[in-house]
Amino acid sequence: MYNAIITIFKKEIARFFGDKRTAFSTILLPGIMIFVMYSFMGDALSNQFSVDEDEKTVCYVQNLPADDTLQGMLQSGFTVKELSSEKDLEKTKEDIINKEADLCVVFPENFEKDVHIDRSLVSADNTPEVQIFYNSSETASSAAFQTMTALLDEFESLLANSFDVNRQKDGVTFDLASDEDSAASVFASMLPMLLLMFLFSGTVAVAPESIAGEKERGTIATLLVTPAKRGQIALGKILALSFIALLSGASSTIGTIISMPKLMGSASDNLSGSVYSVTDYLLLALVILSTVLLLVTAVSLISAFSKSIKEAQTYCSPLIIVAALVGITAMFGDGASTNTVHYIIPLYNSVQSMVQIFSFEAVQTPILLTVLSNILYSLIGAFGLTKMFQSEHIIFSK
Amino acid sequence: MKELIQANHLSKTFKLSAKQQKIEGTKEKTKTAVNDLSFTAYEGEIFGLLGPNGAGKTTTLRMLSTLIRPDSGDAIIDGSSILNNAEDVRSKIAFLTTDLKLEDFFTPNYLFDFFSELHQIPKEMTAERKKMLFGIFGIDKFAEVKVANLSTGMKQKVSLAISLVHWPNVIIFDEPTNGLDVLTAKVVTDFLLDLKKQGKTVIVSTHIFSLIEKVCDRVGVVVDGHMIVCDTLEAVKNGLSLEDRFFEIYKESVGDRDV
Ligand SMILES: Nc1ncnc2c1ncn2[C@@H]1O[C@H](COP(=O)(O)OP(=O)(O)OP(=O)(O)O)[C@@H](O)[C@H]1O
Ligand SMILES: [Mg+2]
Repeated sequence: MYNAIITIFKKEIARFFGDKRTAFSTILLPGIMIFVMYSFMGDALSNQFSVDEDEKTVCYVQNLPADDTLQGMLQSGFTVKELSSEKDLEKTKEDIINKEADLCVVFPENFEKDVHIDRSLVSADNTPEVQIFYNSSETASSAAFQTMTALLDEFESLLANSFDVNRQKDGVTFDLASDEDSAASVFASMLPMLLLMFLFSGTVAVAPESIAGEKERGTIATLLVTPAKRGQIALGKILALSFIALLSGASSTIGTIISMPKLMGSASDNLSGSVYSVTDYLLLALVILSTVLLLVTAVSLISAFSKSIKEAQTYCSPLIIVAALVGITAMFGDGASTNTVHYIIPLYNSVQSMVQIFSFEAVQTPILLTVLSNILYSLIGAFGLTKMFQSEHIIFSK
Repeated sequence: MKELIQANHLSKTFKLSAKQQKIEGTKEKTKTAVNDLSFTAYEGEIFGLLGPNGAGKTTTLRMLSTLIRPDSGDAIIDGSSILNNAEDVRSKIAFLTTDLKLEDFFTPNYLFDFFSELHQIPKEMTAERKKMLFGIFGIDKFAEVKVANLSTGMKQKVSLAISLVHWPNVIIFDEPTNGLDVLTAKVVTDFLLDLKKQGKTVIVSTHIFSLIEKVCDRVGVVVDGHMIVCDTLEAVKNGLSLEDRFFEIYKESVGDRDV
């Protein structure tokens, strides 16, 4: 039996891909933008927090103690340069002000001897004081100051060593988190919201144009005087728009995944998508597909109500905010909801299902419930759209 | 003669928005666009609906083509009711009106194929009809130009050709020559006569007297939603020119209702 769904589907796809500019800006651009943006953000972040690693910061030191341990520690973090006179010290401080030098450490003259005096016998005022000069308005200088402070603290604790924590470096792993877990926490908290937003923006980019736009331009009426069934026209449109929204969502997602390592910096060393199983990916695909169907149907209904593309997009914005808020729920609480009933709440169910999948806790029942309820809602929506296509008030409202 | 189109007591009332009330200069919340309107068109004839702006011609034709539903009354087109068999009706008629637009993005060639597919026309037949219709209206020359880049007249020709992809027996044209130059208008009127020769039943609506006089066998005069006179062209004219006769009829009917 002939079915207008295919004819309508083909036309929508031809319309979309025939217009190279729209196709580029809806499908490729989001992915590229996200990649560029995230990579840039990632680079900016890592520049902010790390000084050039190859080159050690030069540290000027007055009265460098002869203690081997201390010297070794200093040299592991800095290129140590000794200052010989009071005049040199003043000059170095000047340089730090002008950001030409980063750090200057002044040890008291009898540092070595004084540190070994039993503290319990002398008053606190006599504790030797190490002075570190730095410039907090310079990132490199701040970082050097912190490294130096930490270094000296460590040295201080060495002097009065009572016990060690996690000293053994070889053979024992103290951080017991697996690769999977660390990837999981990052993915689980960020991706559901990002994915939802990408899918949504893809949908809003195409559905209002195809439905409110056809209404606005009077081309939908031409379609409706043909014997094609309204329901088939509605379904053909929903399926074609879902396909396009899915492509757009996929592009954004790929952009995110390949820029994620840059964004997360060294935290992403263990972060790779390959730790998920085939079942995980399959479930994810189902969740995404059904979510897109739901979003497209919802936006199509809104578009059919609206008189123009602009109006449709205006009505969509509160919905996007709601979706963003729902997406944020993935970042709070520990793990996905365990209440099965939650998995019939649209959008929330998709987000929670994705949290489950990304955190290796995928349970099939709630996820399938999510998929089925999304499909059910979409069918109801498609039925509503059919009814709207039959209504002259909707089609001819100007 | 077979009664191919029977409109029985069609009525349609629209709700008016505040804005529309202002435009129409009325305080009433509703506008009865078509009021208990009946007429019959016979097979193989051209039937004209004549009336001034706002008379309800377009509304009547939209009801016949099932785009909107009458509040009361029904119409039977070639045996199918517009109320109960809307899909059948749509496959039996061609409907052309200025507010049915073609998508700017596509070419006439693509759109012809697309609408043929929606009408389930076999591929070879589509090609054959396209050749014929594109030939008649000279669309061949711009068959691959996007609708957006066509002139009003070219678009009108394409709309006409595309409304006929399924080569139906009943053809309903709302103001078919509006906005066309005399040359193009002649192509269209000649085509209407040609359709009649091929046994098609045509309904045209217009406020142009000459068009009615040139092509119509029978004519119905609509004023303010009412069918005032409906008869053969000769009977309606009653020895006068159609224009003079129309003013007479119009005065009578408006006078009638003022009392
Ligand atoms: N959707 C609508 N909502 C409200 N009023 C409408 C609507 N459609 C038509 N009308 C009103 O119904 C009346 C008849 O309109 P219609 O378009 O049928 O007239 P017409 O005879 O085709 O006029 P014209 O020669 O100007 O095309 C007008 O007063 C018009 O304002
Ligand atoms: Mg009209």
